[in-house]
Amino acid sequence: MKLYLKVWRQEDREAKGDLVSYEVDGISEHMSFLEMLDLLNERLIGKGERVIEFDHDCREGICGACGMMINGRAHGPLTGTTTCQLHMRSFKDGETVYIEPFRAAAFPVLRDLKIDRSAFDHIIQSGGYISASTGQAPESNSIPIAHEVTEAAFDAAACIGCGACVATCKNSSAALFTSAKISHLVLLPQGKLESADRVINMVAQMDAEGFGHCSNTEACEVECPQQISVLHIGRMNYEYSKALVFRK
Amino acid sequence: MIDAKIPSGNLADKWSNYKDSSKLINPANRKKLDIIVVGTGLAGSSCAATLAEQGYNVKSFCFQDSARRAHSVAAQGGVNAAKNYKNDGDSVYRMFYDTIKGGDFRSREANVYRLAECSLALIDQAVAQGVPFAREYGGYLNNRSFGGVQVSRTFYARGQTGQQLMIGAYQALMRQVSAGKVKTYTRHEMLDLVLVEGKARGIIARNLETGAIERHAAHAVVLATGGYGKVYYLSTLAMGCNSSAIWRAHKKGAFMSGVSWIQFHPTCLPQIGETQSKLTLMSESLRNDGRIWVPKKAGDDRVPNDIPEEERDYYLERRYPTFGNLSPRDISSRAAKERIDAGCGVGPMKNAVCLDFSKAIKEQGRDKIEEKYGNLFRMYDKINGVDAYKEPMLISPAAHFTMGGLWVNYDLMTTIPGLFALGEANFSDHGANRLGANSLLQSCVDGYFIAPYTIPNYLSGELKTEKITTEHVAFAIAENNVRAELNQFLNRKGHLSADYFHKTLGKLLYDKCGLSRTKESLEAAIIEIKALKKSFDTDLNITGDEQINAELEKAGRVSDFLELGELMCHDALQRDESCGAHFREEYQTSDGEAVRNDQDFCFVSAWEWKGKGTAPELHKEPLVFETVQLTVRSYK
Amino acid sequence: MKQTTLTYKLVMAATGLFLCFFLVIHLLGNLQLLLPASEAREQFNWYSHLLSGNILINIISYVLYLSLIGHAIYALIITNKNAAASGQKYVYDKRSEVSSWNSRNMGILGTIILIFLVIHFKDYWYVYKFGYLPLDAKGNKDLYAIVNQSFQQGWYIIIYELSFIALGFHLLHGFFSASRTLGLYHPKYSKWVRVFGWMYSLAITLGFMLIPIYIYFNLNAL
Repeated sequence: MKLYLKVWRQEDREAKGDLVSYEVDGISEHMSFLEMLDLLNERLIGKGERVIEFDHDCREGICGACGMMINGRAHGPLTGTTTCQLHMRSFKDGETVYIEPFRAAAFPVLRDLKIDRSAFDHIIQSGGYISASTGQAPESNSIPIAHEVTEAAFDAAACIGCGACVATCKNSSAALFTSAKISHLVLLPQGKLESADRVINMVAQMDAEGFGHCSNTEACEVECPQQISVLHIGRMNYEYSKALVFRK
Repeated sequence: MIDAKIPSGNLADKWSNYKDSSKLINPANRKKLDIIVVGTGLAGSSCAATLAEQGYNVKSFCFQDSARRAHSVAAQGGVNAAKNYKNDGDSVYRMFYDTIKGGDFRSREANVYRLAECSLALIDQAVAQGVPFAREYGGYLNNRSFGGVQVSRTFYARGQTGQQLMIGAYQALMRQVSAGKVKTYTRHEMLDLVLVEGKARGIIARNLETGAIERHAAHAVVLATGGYGKVYYLSTLAMGCNSSAIWRAHKKGAFMSGVSWIQFHPTCLPQIGETQSKLTLMSESLRNDGRIWVPKKAGDDRVPNDIPEEERDYYLERRYPTFGNLSPRDISSRAAKERIDAGCGVGPMKNAVCLDFSKAIKEQGRDKIEEKYGNLFRMYDKINGVDAYKEPMLISPAAHFTMGGLWVNYDLMTTIPGLFALGEANFSDHGANRLGANSLLQSCVDGYFIAPYTIPNYLSGELKTEKITTEHVAFAIAENNVRAELNQFLNRKGHLSADYFHKTLGKLLYDKCGLSRTKESLEAAIIEIKALKKSFDTDLNITGDEQINAELEKAGRVSDFLELGELMCHDALQRDESCGAHFREEYQTSDGEAVRNDQDFCFVSAWEWKGKGTAPELHKEPLVFETVQLTVRSYK
Repeated sequence: MKQTTLTYKLVMAATGLFLCFFLVIHLLGNLQLLLPASEAREQFNWYSHLLSGNILINIISYVLYLSLIGHAIYALIITNKNAAASGQKYVYDKRSEVSSWNSRNMGILGTIILIFLVIHFKDYWYVYKFGYLPLDAKGNKDLYAIVNQSFQQGWYIIIYELSFIALGFHLLHGFFSASRTLGLYHPKYSKWVRVFGWMYSLAITLGFMLIPIYIYFNLNAL
């Protein structure tokens, strides 16, 4: 099949970018979206042009590196799917496809479709961990944790940090990302001890990075490749208010 | 003969003895010591975090945009530990024995025993960090069984155990970043190792965003840069996985071992087209309930569901009745290849076998199967558009894990003093074949529990060394070399892309140095790789500039893969036996089982780089078995 | 203490929920307009008088004014911050496919409601407080007469009805959103609150929408 692509090309952080048109034919429906871009890049090299830069790594939906706006949707037309797991059978022959980077003030574009998501790292640094140094751990079965609690913690911990939640949010809010981590850790007995400071610090960092407010439109849950529940945002709000009241 | 520096004493006491007698550094002095850790996977993150907790200054490098993305995240099945929570007869010794046997008696007893011993603490550590391992309804940790063993010792977090362990290690690392003990350098690629007076003293790294070439100095350098299975291009690995860090260390004097021992994972998605970039892994845990078969008749064109039960060949159950579908990976992969080569393969390219859940669904119900493997079935559907609850999955072996890597001694130190290699980047613990769920284990154990003892032991001798600066002439030379190479790549205006060379090399290695090899195929491969390398030097076309440039990154990696591929062939050629993943067709029994040669090959091959165009030199580390008896590895 | 994205939203939720509560009281009061004409006048005027004279009610009304102003000002601040957080716009944007229209347009809905409130306050609250009104038989200010007068005009009713529709959509998202902001995360109760929010929004909206229409047709039928 043949597609008409409009791809965002931007030299560097400061440069002004623009959409550039490409025609790509010979696409097989079994290709992944990124393999289609590989194909285009291979042809660009043949013409001596600079390739389209995009982040990608594992290509099996787990590393969280890839991510772009495809036809105005984070990770493309499917819900709950990373860009690398999107296959060309989701597109029609002759279709025009717009490809843009994930956008948010906190995610500056580096080049073409590559963005800087270090803001997420900073949020985790501000408290997204359990302070257990190597060597301090007690015997693992000494703290039983109910099956459903572990499963709930897992649901939150499944976040791959791709940034689709921010990209699809009309306010560029990082509430889903931040709350998933808060929820993961507060659900577990090991993580409860630091929960008050954690939520205060992580929210403060989330703001400092320049993310917006959560309007509860719930678009993030739809686009999240791991389908992290928006209820975690409720939990973060609960933990936050609790910390405001009870924290010493 | 090279010395692995294995501590004296009984097998079970060696690690304790080591720890009791290793040298310590007082907390005030630790602040004065800098350590570079390259790679932020499980081994790298855990090592960097733990060293920082102890008080050292750590610089952590990764080529990804965040430390959390290293390919450890992709491990699905689980992590082994001899906790014996299932009360099914497991013990440290039994785990040690399974691993030694699984590796076809080509690993060091002392290392493997230490791995099994430290597995206990790892589970504790991970749980303390908040890793949500599966639990039973009573709240205690659950286990499942994995290929190659008869006990249930695998801890798991659904199909994302690697991801969850990785998040634990990443968070520990981020905690140290916020404490100011670790500085992270993301989007940085190590391009050379710097030696000062024979010791590893720093690296040259390229900032992948700005293109800046940076010098970084330290008292010790740790490489935790993973495996090089991507040398085959099509593999279960991430696109960015590469051998450059270890290969450039190799060219600076670190020996490489077990280079051709590469595990082909039996349960991956088969290749379906020429533009494919990746063979996705489906967790081996599927083999707990899935049955593997091919049609009995060669060239059977019917769709799998139309082939009646009596015309199906459950070849693993037939050949290995004791272990059946849970036979170790090398055996299962080879058995699949044997059937595919015999013309019994299924799928559009006739390159796959069936993994069938119909019996399990009938016996346990769809809900139970969905609970255990739901995410894998969803993934299968996403990639292939096929509902595996209704028809069998099509799977095929794919390059997966490299048992080989930098040679390290018991301290995990390479032949270059001050250069350590951890996790998949080293060769140490898996012998010629790795058992499922031992990879997460090894990388974590290396990073959390071993290197944090052995690195200080080395550093205790470095306290009197003056602060290492990047002004040293060795840094200038290394930087110039790196710049020269990059400029060369940028100026190559041939007509073929880096990917072309990578794919060609990969195909060549799959055919000639893959699941099985022969003397002829390996000799032919060496000649072909040399020719390909020559073409690479003139026909490569690199577009773009010195800033963000995926093609420039690939050029360096492919250049290293080409040299590494050649060494793989030398390694496989030299070893006139079949062991583990290394299957030389000349050395097999009449019914196709591997024939090991303990008389002549019970040693670790350690290769020394002798310069471009010169044959590598082989050094041998004899493997001494004090505790176990070498037996024929049988899973029948 | 420094305000965060979450505390801003807490203020929005708290003021919003107070306004939700007020709407119930307001609607209940207004339902008196549906009584037979003879009873309605005295009953409604008496009620209006009661509201204006009571100290407790006065305090509550100040809270109400504050809530209204706070809700609007915070909405403005949040909207500005969100615009800054969003950075460069997408050239091709189909994000609207994955969320409801009203959840994305609370600002527009809120602005419609605000404009409506200006009209509403000017015509009733201001007139009642500061304007001249005839007295009814019981000696209470005859607000009922004013109400009847205004709802004889079709265009006035249309403004009201449209505003109530905007209010309905605003409530539909606002009520549940406030519960999330206040930290309701339990799946079961979240669902219940959502259902309750639907019923509440429907009741309030239809209730308010009914009154002008009832008065219009009731008067014209006479």
